[in-house]
Amino acid sequence: MPPFLFWLFASLMLVFGAAVVLNRNPVASALSLVVSFLGLAALFMSLDAYFVGIIQVLVYAGAVMVLFLFIIMLLDIRAEERRRINWLATAGGIGVAVILLVQICIVIGHFQPARRSFPPLARSTTDDVWNIGQLLFNNYNLPFQIIGVLVLVATIGVVILSRREPR
Amino acid sequence: MITLGDYLVVSAILFAIGFAGVMLRRNLIVILMSLELMLNAANLSLVAFSRFRVGANGLPDYKAQVFVFFVITVAAAEVAVGLALLVALYRARQTTDVKDITSLKF
Repeated sequence: MPPFLFWLFASLMLVFGAAVVLNRNPVASALSLVVSFLGLAALFMSLDAYFVGIIQVLVYAGAVMVLFLFIIMLLDIRAEERRRINWLATAGGIGVAVILLVQICIVIGHFQPARRSFPPLARSTTDDVWNIGQLLFNNYNLPFQIIGVLVLVATIGVVILSRREPR
Repeated sequence: MITLGDYLVVSAILFAIGFAGVMLRRNLIVILMSLELMLNAANLSLVAFSRFRVGANGLPDYKAQVFVFFVITVAAAEVAVGLALLVALYRARQTTDVKDITSLKF
């Protein structure tokens, strides 16, 4: 992938990620999140992880975002009215996030392999669904089944939580 | 050339944006969206490390991508449960603002 495409998709993802936080209207936040996830899927593809990129588009930009938009529509949430901003709390929140970012960047700066570029691949990764499936069903079979139980429990939990209580 | 560090820094910035969203916003739906941003930032660094560690067969290390698969599954379950909780809360209190939910505040 040419470097300018990396910077294009990375900046797209970051700008719309910031728009999620900055927008007052939840619908605009949700739509910014879709664009941010599409940029992230493009970055996954640039790392030769086609399966993960496709899953990202299907699960996040498809299923999860529909869920978010449906809930926003169902609850009829309006844009937040402009309140008096608590400047101390806002500065504190931004400050903690910036300190976290600076710390991570210092750690990455001391991490020697981070300065190397990616080694070339011997083969193309167009069959990575097969490779991931092999790993998933052979080496990680038990975690895979546990994840299945987790999703089942989540489904039952959602049904029970959203059931109207009998009067 | 794009290095591993570039991907890690982009992932760190995305994580910080999500973290700031959780700290600053008061709408529970936007807080859930910011949580998704943080989970995806972790996924990006996992995939970058997967591509960086090319094995003897000349392919990326797929263990990290299996882990990303697990993270995406857990995140989808988390969003479903979180939004169901949000609907139950809205039914009881008619609000999604964290400033209005102070029953457990000490």
